[in-house]
Amino acid sequence: MSISIHSIHKHFGSYSALEDISLEIPNGSLTALLGPSGSGKTTLLRIVAGLEFPDEGAGIIRFHGQNVSNIPVVKRGVGFVFQHYALFRHMTVAQNIAFGLTVLPKKHRPSRGEIRSRVNELLDLVKLEGLAKRRPDQLSGGQRQRVALARALAIRPKVLLLDEPFGALDAQVRKELRRWLRQFHDEIGLTTLFVTHDQEEALELADQVVVMRNARIEQVGKPQDVYDHPRSPFVYEFLGNVNKVQRHGSEPQYVRPHEIEVLFAAEYEPATDQLARVTHLFSAGPVASLTVRLPDGYFLDVQLSRKQLDELALGIGDEVAVRMRIHGAA
Amino acid sequence: MPKRRVIPGFGLTLGFTISYLSLIILIPLAALFIKAAGLSWSEWIEILGSRRVIAAAELTFGASFAAAIISTLFGLLVTWVLVRYRFPGRRLLDAMVDLPFALPTAVAGITLTTIYAPNGWIGEFLGHWGIRSSYSPLGVVIALTFIGFPFVVRTLQPVMDELGKEIEEAAATLGANRWIIFYRVILPLLLPALTTGFTLAFARAIGEYGSVIFISGNLPMKTEILPLLIVSQLEQLKYSAAAVIASSMLIISFLLLFLINLLQHQLNWQKH
Repeated sequence: MSISIHSIHKHFGSYSALEDISLEIPNGSLTALLGPSGSGKTTLLRIVAGLEFPDEGAGIIRFHGQNVSNIPVVKRGVGFVFQHYALFRHMTVAQNIAFGLTVLPKKHRPSRGEIRSRVNELLDLVKLEGLAKRRPDQLSGGQRQRVALARALAIRPKVLLLDEPFGALDAQVRKELRRWLRQFHDEIGLTTLFVTHDQEEALELADQVVVMRNARIEQVGKPQDVYDHPRSPFVYEFLGNVNKVQRHGSEPQYVRPHEIEVLFAAEYEPATDQLARVTHLFSAGPVASLTVRLPDGYFLDVQLSRKQLDELALGIGDEVAVRMRIHGAA
Repeated sequence: MPKRRVIPGFGLTLGFTISYLSLIILIPLAALFIKAAGLSWSEWIEILGSRRVIAAAELTFGASFAAAIISTLFGLLVTWVLVRYRFPGRRLLDAMVDLPFALPTAVAGITLTTIYAPNGWIGEFLGHWGIRSSYSPLGVVIALTFIGFPFVVRTLQPVMDELGKEIEEAAATLGANRWIIFYRVILPLLLPALTTGFTLAFARAIGEYGSVIFISGNLPMKTEILPLLIVSQLEQLKYSAAAVIASSMLIISFLLLFLINLLQHQLNWQKH
């Protein structure tokens, strides 16, 4: 189901958490709400879920064209996954997953057998076969988050909402789970909205990235577009490493580390290049990074392949020519 | 070679613990039992079998149980209000919960008696319905509830604090209404702490003396509690009889507490 958010405002006391937010989330897409803490992304997610309500009289939320703004969370039919799992620790994994089905009113509630087979199906889906009888405190963080996901999916939600789903996991598990979620989303095709403050996560995982800042949406687009064509200095700096060059009186200019070409000083072309001196080298792994210092004192971070670095045979203090594609601010 | 421990001082602290427990708890209790053991079986049965003792025991354990149940329900409600809501005066209310801990029990007893007496504020009110609160078993229950409920609040409070609202929100997104959230999610998580609170309130109530003797009226066979009976035996210089009643009370209390602990262990064990 598509989600359509129209003109949402939200204040907490005098603090403005969301200002005039409108957003379209296409059916079946995986959309990331990306932004620093305090940007309003979690509040927006919670409003879509019905865990929070927008300011009186302001804004409409539609699921597939139907206005759900006044439907309480209990009846809204969303799958919600919390950063810290929020599993019921007095219940087994199977009981956790079955919860949403067992609380249905009698006339809609599936039989015990149906619930059991649905739970098994979901355990298969999240690759936790055989852990049905465990308690949440006997599981690893990644396993708990998958239980939380299975529990949210059990009620066949209209949309899936994830609040920093990998936030509490360590780097390795985080990467694995991220890849797994992408694959998983492609299989089940459920419209999914997730919140993250990690730009790498948003860019790698999402079909559509929504960059938020100070209660507003800064930019919406495909990861590639947002990365390559940032519409504001904020988006530029927030999405990945970037060198910022601001000379007296002029607009700041941005260049990404991999967009800088490094040449031998002998190949220096005054029209396009600048001379620079290497001040730092780091070359563990396939990508090497170096820092160079321009004559006017600016430092630039540069990324090269190991092969390029080996061909240049650089050392600290060497002089090089750098050629870069400079971007304006907007 | 003895295994080295990361935390030093095990020998010293265990030694201290044992000597402390011996001096303060075990030796006095042993003296009590030795005194009681001076009597023959038939004398024990004669003392314990007397109708006055049986009536007092029924009142003591019955009223304590009732009071602990009321304290548990009341305590749950008070804790809920203190933890879940922010309102002016919350801290004051929170501090007031501890008053029964600090107040001399005699003061509590006299105060309760005054307001629950037939001409007191509440007593007069209850009197219209023909309910007699002071100088009756009901009065005993009232005093014991007053004494017991802070135990429930203070055991429950940290556990409820830790529950957080996410778990309720999770249940709500899954379609659980408020009532289902309460009895399927919150109550099971609070149950171990509730049982502990109940046990503490119950144990405290069994031993309570000061507040009860004023409100109960101390009529033998009707409103006389075991601790008072023990004191009156002592006043009549019947030391052995007092020791026998005290020892039996101790044994019964210990067995009851042991049973409740066992039950609680079962509850906890299920979780793991």
